[in-house]
Amino acid sequence: MSLAKRIIPCLDVANGRVVKGVQFVDIRDAGDPVEVARRYDREGADEITFLDITATHDNRDTMVHVVEQVASEVFIPLTVGGGIKTLEDIRRMLNAGADKVGINSAAVFNPEFVREAAQRFGSQCIVVAIDAKKVSQSGEGDRWEIFTHGGRKATGIDAIEWAKKMVDYGAGEILLTSMDRDGTREGFDLPLTRTISESVSVPVIASGGVGNLDHLAEGVIQGKADAVLAASIFHFAEYSIQEAKEHMASRGIEMRL
Amino acid sequence: MSSVAVIDYGMGNLHSIAKALQHAAPDVDVQILSNPELILKADRVVFPGVGAMRDCMVALDQSGLTDVIKTSAKTKPFLGICLGMQALLSDSEENGTTQALNILPGHVVHFPEALKDAKGSSLKIPHMGWNQVHYSAHPLWENIPQDSRFYFVHSYYAVPNDKALVAATTDYPDTFACALSQDNVFAVQFHPEKSQTVGLQLLNNFLHWNGQV
Repeated sequence: MSLAKRIIPCLDVANGRVVKGVQFVDIRDAGDPVEVARRYDREGADEITFLDITATHDNRDTMVHVVEQVASEVFIPLTVGGGIKTLEDIRRMLNAGADKVGINSAAVFNPEFVREAAQRFGSQCIVVAIDAKKVSQSGEGDRWEIFTHGGRKATGIDAIEWAKKMVDYGAGEILLTSMDRDGTREGFDLPLTRTISESVSVPVIASGGVGNLDHLAEGVIQGKADAVLAASIFHFAEYSIQEAKEHMASRGIEMRL
Repeated sequence: MSSVAVIDYGMGNLHSIAKALQHAAPDVDVQILSNPELILKADRVVFPGVGAMRDCMVALDQSGLTDVIKTSAKTKPFLGICLGMQALLSDSEENGTTQALNILPGHVVHFPEALKDAKGSSLKIPHMGWNQVHYSAHPLWENIPQDSRFYFVHSYYAVPNDKALVAATTDYPDTFACALSQDNVFAVQFHPEKSQTVGLQLLNNFLHWNGQV
């Protein structure tokens, strides 16, 4: 008996609608985050993550309603990230039924925010999202830095040091996205994932680059990730979550089947 | 219609637990309550909680609900969840040593540092995710397959003085008590409200339990 590795589908939501084209033929409204979440739950998702990419603050109320609706029907852990900047943002999402919130750029601009959030709400609900990009040249040792603004802005902060610091400040989990791999479908940045996972005491979720089911397994086996997050391979119904879990189990990974 | 009070003392994700209870048993009146008299009138009580133990005990003191919890735990079907389980023990290592409610005699301790699994990989703290629950007979496990996976997130776990209170165990990697039972009190370390089908089944069992073992 042991703890299962987790598969976490991620939905990008803008103004209450799923974007980046979820394409299921068999649900009525593929843009409805509630319907999509319900489907992923049925397929055996271990958690679901919503990334709120709403551009304006005014429309963020919509995300609260989405979370409320999903939490009324889907009884697995829900994480909401995107635009979480204040303790009030966190409180609202948790009250709406989210179990965890992802903090990304707000942590970079003000690391104390992570500490305050963990003290107020508990580390178990604070996921620090780290966007990292390789900055070392070929021939030198691997080095990754934290980037903001969707990978466009370098911060000069070393990714490993940052991950350790965020855990010291109270992060209960790290969501690690390789900005080099995000969207490429070439697989996770395994050296990055493994290095961060072995540097911190808390669970690490690997993200960025999944194109097939072997990539998910590699994230756990080589990358030492505790959970794997993917979007497009599930949205386009190339693979169901059930298939992904069975594949990972066939590679010797403990899964909830 | 029977009723269940979800105790609101300012800690924890009450929306989740209330929604899950309602979903598990639509025939039950689910109320989120902080009023002691109303809590005492409910047929059953759920005591949830997330966060740190000291904050939990302070919140209980400030809300004036400590006595209500102690009374309910003597008189009606009572379910403690996560921190709501840990708070039922005598004390916790968290935040130095924190005195707790002493309804289930025993201690709450932190997972040992530098845990390794059978393959030699480091195990993470908190213990987070879906792990197997191995139970011994109790009405609350009805229609739940043995060794089902429930969702956990915690860094501390309960060690009751009397091992006879252990209603289920989980391995991480050592075996710990993930559920305790004493008369009309049942307590779980995992989150049934986040454990999909098996979690809803456990809540449904609780909402139809008469408190007898």
